[in-house]
Amino acid sequence: MSETACLNPIRYCIIHETEYPACGVAVSLAQHLLHLMPRALPHQTLGDCHILIEPDQAALREGLDAFGNPVAWLALETPHDGLLVRAESDVTVHPRPVPDLAESPPWEMVRDGFNYRPGLRSPESLEAQRYLYASPRVPCAPALAQLALEVFTPEAPVLQAAEALMALIFEDFTFDPEATEVGSSVFDVLERKRGVCQDFAHLMIAALRSIGLPARYMSGYLLTAPPPGKPRLIGADASHAWVAVWCPQHGWVEFDPTNNIRPGLHHVTLGWGRDFQDVSPLRGVILGGVAQNPEVRVTVMPWAEMPEGGLMRGPVPLAEVPAQAPK
Amino acid sequence: MTSSILNHYPYRPDCYDELFGDEGVRPHWQEFLDHIEESSGEPLKSRAAQLARGIQQNGVTYNVYADPRGTDRPWSLDLLPLILPAQEWRQISAAVAQRARLLDTLLADLYGDQSTLAEGLLPPELVFGHKGFLWPCQGMRPVGGHYLHFYAADLARSPDGRWWVIADRTQSPSGAGYALENRMLVSRAFPDLYRDLQVESLGRFFRGLQRTLAKEAPTDGEPPLTVLLTPGPFNETYFEHVYLARYLGYPLVEGQDLTVRDNTVYLKTVSGLKRVHAILRRLDDDFCDPVELRADSALGIPGLLGAVRAGRVLVANALGSGLLESAALPGFLPGICQHLLGEELAMPSVATWWCGETPARAEVLERFEDLVIKPTFPGSGEGAVFGDQLSEAQRDALMARIEANPSAYVAQELVKLSRAPAWAGGQRRKLVTRAMGLRVYVCLTPEGYTVLPGGLARVAGVENTRILTMQKGGSSKDTWVLSDGPVSAFSQLHQTVRAKDLIRETGTLSSRLAENLFWFGRYGERCDAVARLARLALSRLSESRKVERSGALVMMLELAIGMGLVDAEVLKAPIAKAELDLFRAVLDRRSPNGLASNLQRLTWCANQAREHLSLDNWHALKRLTAELEDCRSKVSDVPALLEFLDEALTTFVSLSGFAMDNMTRDTGWRLHILGRRIERLDSLGTTLARFLRRHADLHLPLQQELAVEALLELCDSIITYRTRYRAQPELLPALHLLVTDEANPHAMAFQVRLVSSYLHSMQGWGGLELEELNVAFARLQDFDWACLEATRPASERIEASLHLAEALDRLVHAGRQLSDRLAMRYFTHVGYAGQATFAA
Repeated sequence: MSETACLNPIRYCIIHETEYPACGVAVSLAQHLLHLMPRALPHQTLGDCHILIEPDQAALREGLDAFGNPVAWLALETPHDGLLVRAESDVTVHPRPVPDLAESPPWEMVRDGFNYRPGLRSPESLEAQRYLYASPRVPCAPALAQLALEVFTPEAPVLQAAEALMALIFEDFTFDPEATEVGSSVFDVLERKRGVCQDFAHLMIAALRSIGLPARYMSGYLLTAPPPGKPRLIGADASHAWVAVWCPQHGWVEFDPTNNIRPGLHHVTLGWGRDFQDVSPLRGVILGGVAQNPEVRVTVMPWAEMPEGGLMRGPVPLAEVPAQAPK
Repeated sequence: MTSSILNHYPYRPDCYDELFGDEGVRPHWQEFLDHIEESSGEPLKSRAAQLARGIQQNGVTYNVYADPRGTDRPWSLDLLPLILPAQEWRQISAAVAQRARLLDTLLADLYGDQSTLAEGLLPPELVFGHKGFLWPCQGMRPVGGHYLHFYAADLARSPDGRWWVIADRTQSPSGAGYALENRMLVSRAFPDLYRDLQVESLGRFFRGLQRTLAKEAPTDGEPPLTVLLTPGPFNETYFEHVYLARYLGYPLVEGQDLTVRDNTVYLKTVSGLKRVHAILRRLDDDFCDPVELRADSALGIPGLLGAVRAGRVLVANALGSGLLESAALPGFLPGICQHLLGEELAMPSVATWWCGETPARAEVLERFEDLVIKPTFPGSGEGAVFGDQLSEAQRDALMARIEANPSAYVAQELVKLSRAPAWAGGQRRKLVTRAMGLRVYVCLTPEGYTVLPGGLARVAGVENTRILTMQKGGSSKDTWVLSDGPVSAFSQLHQTVRAKDLIRETGTLSSRLAENLFWFGRYGERCDAVARLARLALSRLSESRKVERSGALVMMLELAIGMGLVDAEVLKAPIAKAELDLFRAVLDRRSPNGLASNLQRLTWCANQAREHLSLDNWHALKRLTAELEDCRSKVSDVPALLEFLDEALTTFVSLSGFAMDNMTRDTGWRLHILGRRIERLDSLGTTLARFLRRHADLHLPLQQELAVEALLELCDSIITYRTRYRAQPELLPALHLLVTDEANPHAMAFQVRLVSSYLHSMQGWGGLELEELNVAFARLQDFDWACLEATRPASERIEASLHLAEALDRLVHAGRQLSDRLAMRYFTHVGYAGQATFAA
């Protein structure tokens, strides 16, 4: 199910464009928070990563959020019609050790480890506890606990049970891009039994937290296979979301309920949080203009398959860049 | 000394009585008792009456600010103060100041390196599971280094006389405004006593906070501007926000008044953007910035967190301070106090068990009857429950809820509250006793945390109530702290103005206020226009049973169709249809362009601009709204509706009169008048143009004549016309009067002249902005009136009418553009309605 650990690293070029097209009515003031830069990790190294904004009079400040993710604050204080945010990242994903899931402790032991008692606690456990409670998009409820308890049988090894929960969601729920929007709730998903990657990640996290286990929302990209015999298309990919579960022996172990796989070389990580809202690639407030949804175009291109001329424009004003790379 | 007033004093030995102890009257009450004893019953009664009058007077003022419907003042005030001796107060005060220091340090720890969590002194769940823990604020160090500038503690006294902390208020404590107001009223009721007893003054308290904000606010050398941020008039403590803003001399602003540019906060004013250096907030912190906090907040300031992070603005209390409002926290404070301050916690919290701890939970379930069960976190929707008041079924249900989600519940020891004497009122001079709690306030001064010497004593409304809430019939008391040293007479309320302090102009006018004054003007005129047209059309309905017979009625209905008051079908339908539509247009809010809707908008704007309007405006609008409601439920015939419309028009004329006669001639006034003139330019121009286009359809001369007469009446110019022409109304002279006459307040020329003269008197406005209006007006002036003479061929006259109508359209359009320009320039400074977005 997962890629084997002996494979070679894969280097990616990732282009993530978010565009509010020009609509004839100027936006006078816009403030956005961007989670578009990948995070450096033991199994993920970064080359040149940058964000390009059009129009270029935008002010961009960079920093880290409370979860340690790279973040950028974008402010546009002059009237503008149309906005393009283009993140370009050079990321290499390395093989990582694959733990034996059956070797993990019984899930009840992990759960009970968070019961409060006075005295020192380990930084790892304290960090994990940040992801243990309900958050804006992830409720905790008996119905969600019930879903988890179908596979979290007494004394079940926590990671093995988590893998079973992933499989359960994969089997019982239908991937359906038409089913939900960015704002749908976990209960809707539970009821309709359909959704997209974000919904399945939220659902799995909610089920885990409802039985007292810490779970993270992982935001990033997935390398997809082009249709057989066809070349890889530019802009045809999407953001992806999956889940990480914590256990004291192995730390955070990732699961992708949308594809029923354990993330390996094909998952590129942007960052993580309690749920989508903590790491949504772009959130903000716009004053003026007309209500419209931005267009999002993502390209996940293995460096080995890079078209001639490359995809990156580099950190120069967009206006000076000639034509876009051939499609 | 036995005191007759104490003869029937209901002393209860099972509680601490503030007035009466085992050895009789407590010494610090003696002088007060002697005083009211000397004044026999009657004067005390008259003092109570005086107090009630004072409350009512203030209440009237505040209610206007708080609520246009004029609901009651949220709570009442007892005549007798709570008296506390100097010695005891020193202990309370030191303990509460220590607690403020502790909570400030704890906030810095929790938003910093979280040593209290690592050391296991506080369960991480109380932080990570608390909605008030604002993740984006973690690691953010506020300018000045303090999180807590203003704090309140709710205290209660147990039967052994000791004080306990019941709850902490760290978000934006309310009630200090009431404490100030209570002092003013009660000290006036006992002026001699207040002086003789040497009561500590409250006056200096807020000076300390002001000095801190001024000192800590980051500036580039300029004097700092502090604002008080309110969620707006719909907040239940809004009146207090108004009161404090005035008391402190800070502009009262809503989120929309502020904007962030380049990580700096600005106040939008009619004279441009003004930098804000400090924000004293009464808006809950999670609503403060839709970019990084609650995305659905329409009350916040997009980008505020960026400004805080950049150290460009001070927010007090710091964003995230609501975290410490948790019923579970007090149980952990003694250990935290040792760890963070190296001190013993001076005042204990009431015994608290957090059910998230297994041993505590067992104890709670054991001792259920003696405890109060509360939700751990605020805003859970559940209230406090007394264990001994539950039926068996309720008890089992609650126990099951606790077992299912133990960390969501906290149990507290039931404190038998102390009892304070209260004035019973009524015929007999009698004292009663009431359960009492005390809210004390602390602010950060440059010298450290300082406690308001006094506070808001809250007493239960009825004899045996155990919960003190002001909303449910509770009452409040002034708190007198006796001094053993000299007392300061400093008061911010009663500072005398010296000649050098005289002010000729009111400070900065916020853009929101200006905009509402502008629209108050526009809606005032719009209501007037709608009411006039409805009245005229209704009165002409009775002229004919057939619509097409009456030229006046046809034209008035045409105009009403143009205004969106009636359906286009009324001209062909039976007369009852027109009548029904007009009734709806006047009385029904579902008619979007009708009178009821516009009156609602007018009242809304008045409400938003209340700081700038006199009470007369309020009374007039309130009365009219009440009459409209009355009319809606009763009126069924035309004469009664006409009577209401007469009343409505009188009101609208009065409002316009108040504006001319009562308002100070400042920028706000000019914008209000501009709103009136621009609206009249719009409605008059639209009316005349439509009239010109439809007039030719009337074939009979009499029909035409009656239509012109109705138009003159609609435009309130019939008297002028008759005085000038002493003849039956004709189209040419009537239009000439309504278009070109600069002296007629109902002529287009009059509006144009006034608009340009008011605009010229405003800073920075010149010919450029007025160009469009002037060009359009010049074209109207060029119109050859001879073409409309009755002797000309009909076709020529029709063509001229259309020309004139087009020229009027153009002028109306120019007026609308000007209105938009004013909005850009004075109100929005860029744009207005915000939308929150997420992208994947």
